[in-house]
Amino acid sequence: MSVAAFILVYGLSYGMVLFIISVGLAVTLGLMRVVNMAHGSFAAVGGYLAVAMMTQWSVPFPVAVIVATLGTALISVPIERFLYVPIYEAGELDQVLLTIGLVFVSIAGLNLAFGPNQAPTSLPRWLEASTDIGPIAVQNYRLMIIVVGALLIAALWLVFDRTDFGARLRAAVERRGMAAAVGINVNRLFTIAFALGSGLAGLGGALGYQVLPLEPTYPFKYLALFLVVVSIAGLGNIRATAAMALLVGLIDTALRYFFPAAGAFALFAILIVIQFWRYRAAFRIWY
Amino acid sequence: MGRDRSPLLAPPRVGPLQALPWLLIAAAYFAFPSYLSFGSGILIMALFALSLDLALGYAGILTLGHAVFYGTGAYAAGLIALAGWREPITGVLMSGGLSAILAVIVGILVLHLRGLPQIMTTLALGVIFYEVANKLTSVTGGDDGLQGIRLDPVFGVFDWTVYGHTAYLYTAAWLLLMFLVAWRLTGSPFGLALQGIRINPLRMQMIGAPIAHRLMKVFVISGFMAGVAGALSAQTTKFVGLEVYSLNLSAAVLVMLVLGGLGRLYGAFVGTAVYMIVHHIAAIADPYNWMFVIGVLLIGVVLLARGGLLGVADRALRFVRRWP
Repeated sequence: MSVAAFILVYGLSYGMVLFIISVGLAVTLGLMRVVNMAHGSFAAVGGYLAVAMMTQWSVPFPVAVIVATLGTALISVPIERFLYVPIYEAGELDQVLLTIGLVFVSIAGLNLAFGPNQAPTSLPRWLEASTDIGPIAVQNYRLMIIVVGALLIAALWLVFDRTDFGARLRAAVERRGMAAAVGINVNRLFTIAFALGSGLAGLGGALGYQVLPLEPTYPFKYLALFLVVVSIAGLGNIRATAAMALLVGLIDTALRYFFPAAGAFALFAILIVIQFWRYRAAFRIWY
Repeated sequence: MGRDRSPLLAPPRVGPLQALPWLLIAAAYFAFPSYLSFGSGILIMALFALSLDLALGYAGILTLGHAVFYGTGAYAAGLIALAGWREPITGVLMSGGLSAILAVIVGILVLHLRGLPQIMTTLALGVIFYEVANKLTSVTGGDDGLQGIRLDPVFGVFDWTVYGHTAYLYTAAWLLLMFLVAWRLTGSPFGLALQGIRINPLRMQMIGAPIAHRLMKVFVISGFMAGVAGALSAQTTKFVGLEVYSLNLSAAVLVMLVLGGLGRLYGAFVGTAVYMIVHHIAAIADPYNWMFVIGVLLIGVVLLARGGLLGVADRALRFVRRWP
C-alpha cells in the first residue's frame, strides 16, 4: 500500500470518527449554544456499551453499535432534563463547570462499571479482513467507518436543512421566545436535539472504539480534539464540521507518519493559527 | 482623599473572620507536623487559585489554560536551580517574571476574545504548552521531569528540612505577600474597574475605561502569581513533572476556586483546602473515588449553591443574624 493511500484511508477513517462525535457536539454546542464539556462522556458511554455487548453476550457488531447509539441517546434525556435545562440561560462559566462536574462523575462511573484498564480493541473477523480496491487492500473496518460517515453527512444535512424538525430547531435557537410564541414546543425540541447530539457521540464512540481506544479517562483525553474541531468549524455548521474533522484526521495522520516527533503539537499549532486568522479583526485593539 | 472615597472602594475591613484563615494556617503548622509537605501543597494551590480569582473572578477572563503560567514558573524555577543559581527568593521572582512576560504574549492572543472562543483558545494554548514540554526532553526531561533540584537555605539561615518545616513557612510567607497584593488591588479603583468590565464591558467602554489595558494589567499580575505558585512547587517538592502544564491542572484549579467561591479572594483558600483534603482522603481508597465526589460537588455548586462554599456560608450567616 503506497504512503498516500495509507494516509488517505487512515486519515479519512480517523477523520470520520472525529466527525461523527464532533457533529453531535455541533448540535449541542453549536446549535443549542451550551458549552458541553461532557460530550466525550456520551461518546465513551456509547463505546463501552457496544464493547460490553460484544464481549459479554457476543452480540454482532452492527446490532451492538445501533443499540449503544440508542442507549446513549436514551440516557442523555434525563440528564438533559435535570442538569442541562437549568443552565441553558446561564453564562458560559456555569455551563463549563457543571459539564466538567459531569465529566468527573462519568469517569468515576465508567471506572466502577468497566474497570480502570483500556477496553479490548479487537474487531470481529469480517471487519478485521481487507477488501481490494484497485491496487490497494483496505481494512473493512476503515472502509465501513468511511461509508457510514459519508452517509451520515448526507443524512444530517437533509435533516437540518430540508426537514421541518431542522427548520424548527434553527428557529428555536435563533429566537427562542418567538419560536415558542408561534407554537413550537421548544423544551421538547431541545430534549430531542440533545438526545440526537448525544446519540451521535455514542455512535462515534461505538464505531470508533479501535480508532480512539476506550478507557475511563476517555471523556477528558479527547475532549480538546472534539471542541477544537467544532469551534474552528464555526458553531453549528454541519458541512464545515465535516470538512474540519476530515482535515484534522488527514493532517494528524500525515504529521504522525512524516514527523512522529512533532506529535499533537503541530496539529494544535495549525489549528490555533486558523483560529487567529478567523478572529484577526479583533487584534486591531493592540496596534 | 478620605471623605470623597466611595464605600465600594474601601478595602474589606480587617475583622476576626479575615484573620481566621491565617490563624488556621499557623495552627496547622503546630497541629500536623507530619503533614507539612501536604500543607505546603495546599498553600501553593491556594496561591494558584488566588491568581485565577484575579483573572476570572474579578476581571471575568474565561481561561482553561492557566496552568501555562504555573508550569512555566515551575520549569523556570527548576531550571534556574539546576543551572546553579540556588538562592530561592530571587529564583521565585525570576520565574514569576518569566510567567508575567508570557502573560503579555498570551494576553495579546486571548484578551480580545470573549465567551466560548476565549475558553477554546486558552484550552488549545494549554495543550500546545503540554505537547511542547513533552517533546523538548532536552530542556524539560520529558516524562522523567526535572530531578535533583538543590537550593541554598532561605535567607542563608533556614535550611530545607526533610519534614518540610522551612518549606511550609516559606510558602505561607509567599502566600501572605501575594494575598496582600491581591487584597490591596481588588479594593482599589482598578479592582472596581475590573468588576465593571466583567459585568458590562460595553458600558465600561462607553464611560471611557481603557478595557484592553486594564485586562492586560490584571492578566500579567495574575500570570506572575501563577508563576510564583509554580516556582514554589518546584522549590518545595524539588521536582517538576509534565503535569504542571496539564489540562487537568487548569481544570482542577478552576474547580477549587469555584468550589470556594469566585471573586472573594478567600474562596481560593477554602476551595483549595476542601478539594485537596477530600482528594487526599478519598484517593486512599480508590483514585477514582474523589472524581465522583468532586464532580457531584461541582454540579451542586452550579445548580444549588451559587457563590460556592463561602456563598453558602454568607447566606447561612445572614439567615442566622436575621433570626431574633
